[in-house]
Amino acid sequence: MSRNARIAAIVAATAAALAVIGAYVVSFLLAGPGTVVAATTPGPTPTANLTLQTVAAIGTGPHPDWVTYFVKDAGGDWRHSTVFQLPAHATIHVTVENYDGASGLRNPFFGLPRGISGPMRVDGKVLPVLDPSLASHTFAVPDLGLSVPIEGVPDAAEDQCEGAAPCGPNLAHRTITFTFHTGKPGTYRWQCFVPCAAGWQYGFGGPMQTFGYMDGFLKVV
Amino acid sequence: MTAASTPEPGRDHLRRIAVWWAVASVIGVVLVVFLLGPHMPPGRDTAEASDQTTANILLSAICTPIMLGVWVYFIYAIAVFRRRPGDAGDGPAERGSSRVQLIWVGVTGSIVLFLAVWGSVILLSSAEGAGGGQGPNPLVTPSGPKVQVQVIGQQWQFTYRYPQYGGFESAELFLPESSTIELHVTSLDVTHSFWAYQLGVKADAVPGADNIAFVRTKGPAKFDIRCAELCGIWHGHMYEVGHIVSKRAFTTWAAGMRRADRLIRPYLGPYQRAYLPDPQSRGG
Repeated sequence: MSRNARIAAIVAATAAALAVIGAYVVSFLLAGPGTVVAATTPGPTPTANLTLQTVAAIGTGPHPDWVTYFVKDAGGDWRHSTVFQLPAHATIHVTVENYDGASGLRNPFFGLPRGISGPMRVDGKVLPVLDPSLASHTFAVPDLGLSVPIEGVPDAAEDQCEGAAPCGPNLAHRTITFTFHTGKPGTYRWQCFVPCAAGWQYGFGGPMQTFGYMDGFLKVV
Repeated sequence: MTAASTPEPGRDHLRRIAVWWAVASVIGVVLVVFLLGPHMPPGRDTAEASDQTTANILLSAICTPIMLGVWVYFIYAIAVFRRRPGDAGDGPAERGSSRVQLIWVGVTGSIVLFLAVWGSVILLSSAEGAGGGQGPNPLVTPSGPKVQVQVIGQQWQFTYRYPQYGGFESAELFLPESSTIELHVTSLDVTHSFWAYQLGVKADAVPGADNIAFVRTKGPAKFDIRCAELCGIWHGHMYEVGHIVSKRAFTTWAAGMRRADRLIRPYLGPYQRAYLPDPQSRGG
C-alpha cells in the first residue's frame, strides 16, 4: 500500500470512529421521553389541566416491573412521558390517578402538601396532611416549592391493577387533585420522594434514577 | 581588561533575571492583594468565610512570586538563550550549584513550614473552627448561645430542622445575623455534602452520622447551597439559595414555619442527631 493510501485509510478510519462516537453521544443526549403539552385555556391567567397516572409496574418495554408515571395528552390518550409543557404564570389543575400501593416516605416532611393553591383532595375529600406511611409517591417540584404526597391504594383493595399499564378507571385507585401556579418560564425538574423503586438500595435506584419513570421536567413556557 | 574585572556572563544573566523578577513580583503581589483580593472566594459573609478568603489571598500572594519567577526565567531564556543564525555549536555546559540548591530548598521549605504553622494556629485559635464538618465530637466548640440547625440530605433535596424552635422542618435555610450557628449535617440515604459557599461551610452528609460544623454569621446576605458529593441523577439540581436575615425577621419566619408545620409535626418524630428511617428498601 502506498504512503498516500495508508494516510487516506487512517483518515477514513478516524472519521468513521468519530462519526460513531458522535452518533452515540447525540443519541444519548436526545434519548428520553417526548414532551406532552397540557391542554391550556388562554386568558389573563391561563389555566391548564395536567392529568397523571402512577402505576406499580409499566408492564412493557425494557423494564416491565418498574414503577412509573403516565400523562394524558390533549387527545385524552395516556402517554409514557415525564416531560410536561405548561404555560407560564398560569393556574395548573392537576389530577393524579394512583394505582400503586403505599411504600411510605423516608422523610415524613413530604407528607404535608406544600406550594399548592387551595386544598389537596383525595377521592374528592379534602386531606390537609397525609400520614407518611400511607404515601405511595409524591409529585414534587423543589424549585417551585411544590410538593404533594400521593396516597397509595390499600393492599386489601379489590381489582388491583396488575396488567400492563396504563390502568383503567375501573381498577382500584386513588384520585388526588390539587392546583398550583407556575411562575416565570423555565425548565423545572420534578421527582418522587417516596423510595418506591422496588428492590433497590434505599428505594432510590432504577426507575428513580432513570429519566422518564419517576422524575422528569416541567417545561414552563 | 583583566579576568578579575570582567563580569561573568552567568552572573549578569542572574542579576538581570533577579531584577525583572523582583519588579514583576512587587507589581504582581500588589495587584493580587489589592485588586484581586477583594473578589477572592468565598467572601466575608461569615467569620469562617472571611478567614478562608484571607487564607486564599495570602496563598495567592505567596504563589505569585514563585509563578513569576518561572515565567520571567522562561521569557528571559527564550529571548536571550536562543540559537543565533549561523551558531551551530553547543551551549555552555550546565553544572550543579550547591548554593542554588540550598537556597531553593531553604526558601520552599520555609514557605511550606510557615503555611503549616500559620494554618494550624489559625485553625486552633478560631472560635468556631474552619467551617468544615468536625464529626460528632467537635474539637473546637464555640462558647455562648448557638442556633442549632439540622441539615438533612436526601435524594435530591436538603431540608432543615430547627430543634430549638419546636423541631419544625423547612425546605429553605434561614439563619439569623450576628449569631453562632451549630449545623448538624446528616443524610437519610446516600452520602451528600452540604456546601454553603459564601458561608465557608462544607460538611459531608453521611447517613447515620452527625457531622457538626459551626459558623458565625455577619449581616444579612444570601448564599448558595449545593451538594458537593455526586449522589445520583438529580445531584446537579441540589442547588438553592439560603438567607441570613435580621434576628427579628428570623424569629418571625420561624414562628410562621412552626405554625405551617403543625399538621406534619406529629409525624416528624422527635429530633435526633441522625436518622435511620424505614423503608431502607422497598419490598417486592
